Amino acid sequence: MALYHFNADGLRKAVASGNLVMVDFWASWCGPCRMLAPTIEKLAGQYDGKVIVGKVNTDEESALAGSLGIMSIPTVIFFKDGREIDRKVGLMPAQAYTAVLDANL
Amino acid sequence: MNYDVIVIGGGPAGLSAAVQARVRNKSVLVVSAPAADLPLARAQRVDNYLGLPGLSGTELLARFDAHARELGVERRYGKALNAMPTEGGFFVAVESDVVEGRALILACGVGQGTPYPGELELLGAGVSYCATCDGMLYRGKNVVVVGRSSHAPEEANYLQGLGCHVTYAAPRRPEGLSPEIPFVKAGEVAILGDGAVTAVQAGGQLLPCEGVFLLRSAVSPGQLLPGLAFDGPYLQVNRDMATNLPGVFAAGDCTGLPLQVSKAVGEGLVAGLRAAEYLDRA
Repeated sequence: MALYHFNADGLRKAVASGNLVMVDFWASWCGPCRMLAPTIEKLAGQYDGKVIVGKVNTDEESALAGSLGIMSIPTVIFFKDGREIDRKVGLMPAQAYTAVLDANL
Repeated sequence: MNYDVIVIGGGPAGLSAAVQARVRNKSVLVVSAPAADLPLARAQRVDNYLGLPGLSGTELLARFDAHARELGVERRYGKALNAMPTEGGFFVAVESDVVEGRALILACGVGQGTPYPGELELLGAGVSYCATCDGMLYRGKNVVVVGRSSHAPEEANYLQGLGCHVTYAAPRRPEGLSPEIPFVKAGEVAILGDGAVTAVQAGGQLLPCEGVFLLRSAVSPGQLLPGLAFDGPYLQVNRDMATNLPGVFAAGDCTGLPLQVSKAVGEGLVAGLRAAEYLDRA
């Protein structure tokens, strides 16, 4: 199972690949983000080989978070064919994310 | 940290539930705002609480707290931001920390009031309930803090310290607010923006900003835990004070009228006992 920890360059490459990409924007001081982490890890396993699943630490990559207009964390952004197709703001149950993934596989 | 029962809310319903669950030998954590922020603290005198007439809300809360602590109930003062079902229990985010419990009792009251105009539409698009979570994303930007809890001035100072340009809107200037932070006297506010927050209307002024932090003493149950069924503005519960979600019980003002201490204590008792039984069956 692969769960990527993206910086700006890594995310750019993943998105440019055109594959379905799911990225969780988080920070260590955010309780809801920490609660979401196990779900993201589980989905990385469940969609291994089908979806590129990764995380961005908004503290370390604040310019990247800013450029994507992240205004509240956790935010999960989905990319496909090189562009954003959806985003989910706030903590949500796993089904909220799998619904987007399944619809775009 | 792992508890049998996590109670969200430190008023009469929450502490009554906590006491009952402790009596059934369950470990209990109560997550709530400090007593001074609870609606009961504003009651000068409560005359209809059976056997104990004439006490102030503050005195009642102090007695409830002492009783709960004596039985080994643990307390955590802070805002529960989110709850999430996990395998065999729940995660609850308390600001930047996460606690775990096997059953959940919601006793969070109705003090949150109705949402401000624009609040729900712009939630996550500039509207935030958590200064610690989202503050860093607004460094160098204008933000408005709508202060509705005793912690709010501290959180406003924190945001200012991060480098946000904070304006504080509240009915009166609170103690503890940094003198560098401009204050706007405002009862009601409206949040403006199309797709993202652009301004807050407060006290007849238009305050241009990219973020607005709505800092109330509690998060409404619907925001806290998605999927809960409501009956009008109140949580739907049955005679066991069980909500529609397994392992989640509710008591007190959040379940409906009358908003009275006796009713809250009685419902808390049922919720605490039923939560303990739920755990014994699991």
